[in-house]
Amino acid sequence: MESLKTTGAPSLKELHNSPGFPTEEDIHKGPIAIIECIEEIPCNPCEASCPQGAIKIGKQITNLPKMDFEKCIACGMCIAACPGLAIYIKDYNYSENMVLLSFPYEYYPLPEVGTRVEAVTRHGKYVCEAKVIRVRNPKSNDRTAIITIEYPKEYFEEVVNIKRITVS
Amino acid sequence: MYETELAIVGAGPAGLSAAIEARKAGVEVLLIDENSRPGGQLFKQIHKFFGSRDHKAGIRGMNIASTLLEESEELGIETWLKGEVCGIEEGRNLWVVRDRKCSELVKAKKIILATGATENAVAFKGWELPGVMGAGAAQTMINVNRVLPGKKVVMLGSGNVGVIVAYQLLQAGAEVVAILEAAPKLGGYGVHTAKVARAGVPLYVSHTIKTAFGKDHVEAVEIVELDSSFKQIPGTERILEVDTVCLATGLTPLTELAWLAGCKFNYVHALGGHLPIHDDKMRSTQPDIFLAGDISGIEEASTAMEEGRLAGINVATELGYISEEEARARSNEIWDSLNSLRSGYFGERRRTSKDSMLQKGKEVIKWNH
Ligand SMILES: Cc1cc2nc3c(=O)[nH]c(=O)nc-3n(C[C@H](O)[C@H](O)[C@H](O)COP(=O)(O)OP(=O)(O)OC[C@H]3O[C@@H](n4cnc5c(N)ncnc54)[C@H](O)[C@@H]3O)c2cc1C
Ligand code: SF4
Ligand code: SF4
Repeated sequence: MESLKTTGAPSLKELHNSPGFPTEEDIHKGPIAIIECIEEIPCNPCEASCPQGAIKIGKQITNLPKMDFEKCIACGMCIAACPGLAIYIKDYNYSENMVLLSFPYEYYPLPEVGTRVEAVTRHGKYVCEAKVIRVRNPKSNDRTAIITIEYPKEYFEEVVNIKRITVS
Repeated sequence: MYETELAIVGAGPAGLSAAIEARKAGVEVLLIDENSRPGGQLFKQIHKFFGSRDHKAGIRGMNIASTLLEESEELGIETWLKGEVCGIEEGRNLWVVRDRKCSELVKAKKIILATGATENAVAFKGWELPGVMGAGAAQTMINVNRVLPGKKVVMLGSGNVGVIVAYQLLQAGAEVVAILEAAPKLGGYGVHTAKVARAGVPLYVSHTIKTAFGKDHVEAVEIVELDSSFKQIPGTERILEVDTVCLATGLTPLTELAWLAGCKFNYVHALGGHLPIHDDKMRSTQPDIFLAGDISGIEEASTAMEEGRLAGINVATELGYISEEEARARSNEIWDSLNSLRSGYFGERRRTSKDSMLQKGKEVIKWNH
């Protein structure tokens, strides 16, 4: 069976059972941060980074981060704060056919706004073409850039990143 | 000859934290490290660190080192770089080779050993070929010297070191052809494996390297699947074209100085092997020698910093700079934090192992209780 501990990436089943992953209902609320951190590791910077108090870990540092999707305003502060690069923002209602994804990216060169990139799954498999909408790399992110792409709604759940851009 | 109250060997996170605590209390400190810059493992770590925000998590390892360094400089801590401690006698005199030129004797009242750890190697046919190297060596090449060890890399070992170095090799522009893990489950934190997985790197559990081929450099490896008792399954061999093989097969504490000093040892598998016995004050079986960081068990920078602080505080107490009462209160706080760091799926085994070490320490180190 495919799982985090055999393939390296969490399966959808594992994610749906974790407290940082949204339900169908949560997704329709608007843009939200989604956390793919399903193991009890001693880590908690995400909790402190959220100005809304939407992420809870508590005193026991190995607790899983729990998202309160009601509180999240999709400000993106948590994305670069997470050393696991495990948080991204998705907006299901971006437009009629397209969804929006903002994710952390630490490879050079950075993609350019307006260009076409290849959207990939949790296993780096090509899914579809995507368009780069925004590239943010403020100093406060300490070199974790945040890339925003749009791609077709039908691939909402499976796309999490883009193929690394290589210079030839 | 150089005289000081406290000499600390190793300026990684443990040694630096110990130096800072002791110096703050008023202790005269000499910090010695063989490298040309302090920071230990931290200087190679360009990734954002785990841990709690109280331990500077979310900050890149190299920047944690800079912060500790600044603090130690502000406190005016005497630091000898390019100082290799080659011997220890009568429990507290250090023999240091400075700048690879001259040797100097350091006479200290107390010593803290914070020497860290060294990489394990594994042998397979062809492992002596150029292109086969430790993951730590590859990490030093890309992050410190900015040289790519090769273009197509296979990583053996899926613990945090393996997956983090694989990720950094991708960042440096290499292709990581595969990460192999002999066990049926991946070792490293899931958030780290997920980073390389979504970059398209295949991770194979129950796999190892059988042979490395090449004329005067690695050109390919033959990998093979393992059964549940780690035996190779004939007929499952496959060839991967690679020019570099990185070994991330564990770390062993660097304990030579503790052996030389006559410290008693205990074997603790989960913490990296033979470890000098210590108690909850980080004191070894030699009354004037304290330990901190990976030398007392392979863990993390966060725990290394806390152990360093403990050692620093307890040395300062014995030298009369801190009252017993204050030391107890501060130590309790640090222990709370250590216990919280050592919990969960990954930490629990370290915690029980550490507990058994402390129990052993309690039995053996009598003068302390
Ligand atoms: C790839 C990788 C990724 C990691 N990621 C994380 C992470 O995300 N979060 C985390 O918390 N931890 C992480 N760690 C672990 C962390 O780096 C170590 O646990 C920590 O550095 C141990 O600290 P230390 O002070 O005990 O030893 P070290 O950092 O190893 O420092 C020991 C120092 O002592 C010096 N020394 C040794 N012997 C002598 C001698 N005889 N004379 C003079 N000097 C000597 C060494 O050269 C070295 O500079 C990672 C480690 C690696 C390898
Ligand atoms: S996006 Fe902003 S509001 Fe939402 S969880 Fe992250 S930090 Fe909190
Ligand atoms: S900061 Fe990231 S890796 Fe750490 S607990 Fe939060 S989500 Fe997990």
